Formats: sequence, C-alpha cells, structure tokens
Amino acid sequence: MTRSAVSLGAAVRPSSAAAPGALPRLLPLCPPRPPRPASLDSHLSRYGPPPCSAPGQRDMRTLIAEVGRAGLTGRGGARFPTADKLAAVAAGRAPAVIGNGTEGEPASAKDKVLMARSPHLVLDGAVLAAQMVGASQAVIVAHRDALDILGQAAAERRRARLDQVRVTVRAAADRFVAGQASAVVRWIEHGVPAPTAMPPRLSDRGLGGRPTLVQNVETLAHLALIARYGARWFRSVGTPAEPGSMLVTVAGAVREPCVLEIAIGTPVGQVLDLAGGPAAPLHALLLGGYCGAWVDAAQAVGRPFSAAGLAGLGAEPGAGLIVALPAGACGLAETARVVRYLADESAGQCGPCRFGLPAVASELERVAGGRPADLGLLRKWLGQVDGRGGCAHPSGAVRLVRSALRTFGTELTQHAAGSCGGTAQVLPVPSPGPR
Amino acid sequence: MARLRVDFIACQGRGLCAEALPELITLDDWGFPIVSGQPVPPRLWPDARETVRSCPLLALRLERVNR
Repeated sequence: MTRSAVSLGAAVRPSSAAAPGALPRLLPLCPPRPPRPASLDSHLSRYGPPPCSAPGQRDMRTLIAEVGRAGLTGRGGARFPTADKLAAVAAGRAPAVIGNGTEGEPASAKDKVLMARSPHLVLDGAVLAAQMVGASQAVIVAHRDALDILGQAAAERRRARLDQVRVTVRAAADRFVAGQASAVVRWIEHGVPAPTAMPPRLSDRGLGGRPTLVQNVETLAHLALIARYGARWFRSVGTPAEPGSMLVTVAGAVREPCVLEIAIGTPVGQVLDLAGGPAAPLHALLLGGYCGAWVDAAQAVGRPFSAAGLAGLGAEPGAGLIVALPAGACGLAETARVVRYLADESAGQCGPCRFGLPAVASELERVAGGRPADLGLLRKWLGQVDGRGGCAHPSGAVRLVRSALRTFGTELTQHAAGSCGGTAQVLPVPSPGPR
Repeated sequence: MARLRVDFIACQGRGLCAEALPELITLDDWGFPIVSGQPVPPRLWPDARETVRSCPLLALRLERVNR
C-alpha cells in the first residue's frame, strides 16, 4: 500500500475508487468482536491515504470552500458551520487547533465509540484541520475511556512518519461542563474545566491568546472524509438543509442500546428500530442530551431526526442522544434527578446558575416526590435562570425542565394527588466523586 | 444604539447597578442583575455609562448594537 499523500486538488474531487457508498461512514463496516480499534493499515486500506500532504495556502482555501459546500456543521451539538470557523481561525496569526472528545454527557457514548473504533479518522481530521488553518500542531482532549486507544494510534502514526503536524492526546476533565469549548481551552491551559467569558471569541483569542479552533471529534472525522471524497459525496445522504450523516447514542428502553450512524433526517422511529426497537411501551423520549428536551414518544416517532424535523416539538438533535423512557418510569422523577446532577455540575461561576439551579432542582424534587410544590415559583425561577450564564449550561437545564413540564402534564396532576406510580430509573446520573 | 450586558462570570451580585439604575436593572431572587436586552434609551445613556463605571467587578458593559 502506498502512504504517499495525494494532492488536495485531487482530494476534493470524489475518488470513486474508495468513496464508501453507504453508512456507516465513520464506524467500522463489520464491527470486530470483541470490538477493537481499526489499525492504521486497515484504516488506510478502507479510506485511502490521508488527504494531508504539504499543501499550499490556495489549496487550503479551496478545501475550506469545499467544506462549506458540503455543509458540515459542528457535531458537538451547536451545529455551527465548520467552514466559517475554519476560515475565521485561518485568518488569524499562529492559530491553535483542539479536537474535543470530552463527551461529559453521561448518557452519550458516540464520541467515545468513534475514538475507540476509528481513532485514525479522528486523527486524520485533527491533522487536516491544523493544516487548513495553518497550525503547527493539534491537541485532542479525550474522555478517559478512549484516551489510551487514541494515544496508541497517535504513536503508531508517529512511527510511520505519516503526519507533518504533531498531534498530542490529553485526558479530558470528567465533568459535564468540561466539554464546553472555552472550558476545554481553560482545562488545557490552567487545569480548570470551567467556561470563560465571551467575548473574546475563541477564534479571536483562545489557547495562549492565539486564535483557536475547537472542533468536536466527530466533526473532525467528517472533515477527513470530505477532504478525501468531496462535498457532493458528503451531501449524498442527509437532507439538503442538513446534509451528511451523524452519530447517535440510543439508550434507555430499547432492546439493543448502541451508538449508530444515521443519515440526518432519518425518522426517529426508524432510529429506535435500528437499536432493536422499544423494549417496552414508550412514554417519552429525551432528545439531544441532558440539556435537551423531552418529547412525547408517539408524537416523535414519525419526525425526522434533524433540527428542522424536531423544531416543532421544541427539541433538537443536539449531541445525538436519544433516551427512550418506558411507560413504567416517571418523567418528573427522572428530570429531578438529572437537574440535581446538572446543578451539582455547575462550574459555580455565575450566580443565576450557582443559586438558581439548586433552587429549581429542590422545587422539582418536591414535585417528583408528591410533596407540596409551587409551580408558579418554579416557572419564575426558570425565567430568572434562562440565558443568564457565561455558557449555555443554565439555559440547557431550563430547557429540560420546561420540556418536562410540557410533556409530563398527566404526571403533574397525579403527583399533586400523591404519585404517578412510576418507579424505573432510566437516565444514568454519575455519583458525585472527588473533584 | 447600545444595550447593557452582564458578564455573569465576573458578577458577584453586589447589586450596586440595580440601585444606581433602577429604570433598567432589577435583581433576581438571588441578588443578580436582570437587564433588559432592549436598547438603552438615549436619555439614560449618561446614567448607564456611570453605572457601568461604578461596577466594582467590571461585570457590566454597555455594548454597541449594530443595526
């Protein structure tokens, strides 16, 4: 096999020989059992050589434009156009590049699975992103479950002298808010996993004061494939407005909880079927993440899993989480447990988040426990917390609670009279450990 | 056009701003300022500038709004 890199001019045209036709694009076609990471050789034979030679500035601009045509957006949940971020950082001096594999979301596994199964695709993307913005190195901050695999893959590439950009792999902080982009920068720089104030934008002033690109690891993996096979190939799945594929974590009351790669816009019910189908009659689905939204299961199954498809339900694809809540569980109790966790996970920097989230959690615990609660006060506090933090953490928690009050109206009535009888615990909430 | 913005990471809820500019700033149940996202009316610009200057933590800003 040749490992000579191809020129970028060629790389942005689809190389029909290697371009995979169907899903999955990012994950192994036939997952080996027991699961193991794709070796460098198997990675290169599947995808062809990495699209990163010694490209000139013009090639880089061409490639950023190709990423723009592909319509790739951030897969960490914010869906910001990747090409815009690349262009903004590339315009600055001595930029820095960070791959974000923190995945602090307790129920989500898609980034861990991607890093553990296809580490070289993530590394391809990190190297490429560094070259696209003119950075001399890249750092990937990885969840501890994928740290060793990614580190070994990076070492394998160094031995093979594959890359012209040095990629280092670092352990992420094990906290919910640690994945927020500015918190990742602060973690690398100062060992503090808490967000910083904006402005300045990271693309203006981030790591060491340099313009900084922070991209989710899945976004980097897509980037590596767009550079190989082009925008047209990327857009051959997904919807015209939201092209491409995305990784999703399907958890809760499904027969085979798993990480899947779906075309954006795949109906929610079909995604559940890909995870073996419901393991019990379903009541509701949590979509996006712990800062996402509850939706009624019956209303959601026919909707496309896309921003446009879920907007009418007040939900978003977010970081690709779908948790199925069975009829035997209480959505209010689940939400109360998660909101207490989110309150505990606040970085504690902003007053409304530090004081407001515990207050919201306590009131919600009273609701969940069938104790006298003041829903008017709860709603007032939600208004006083929403949008009033240095990061999206408090607003995300508010979103979750509001969606619970919308979705679990029947339980609200039952709880006012005692209990709804739901007992099952579905959503994982890590116990507070030493920090 | 300008509007007030709070840097909640810097803000410690001292509450001086709400005393100085009650027309535009109230406090939430925990003592942190609630500012309207609406443009500051021109007649209140001098007061708003003075309030921004008097924040001991430099957590209040007057942001230009481009229209």
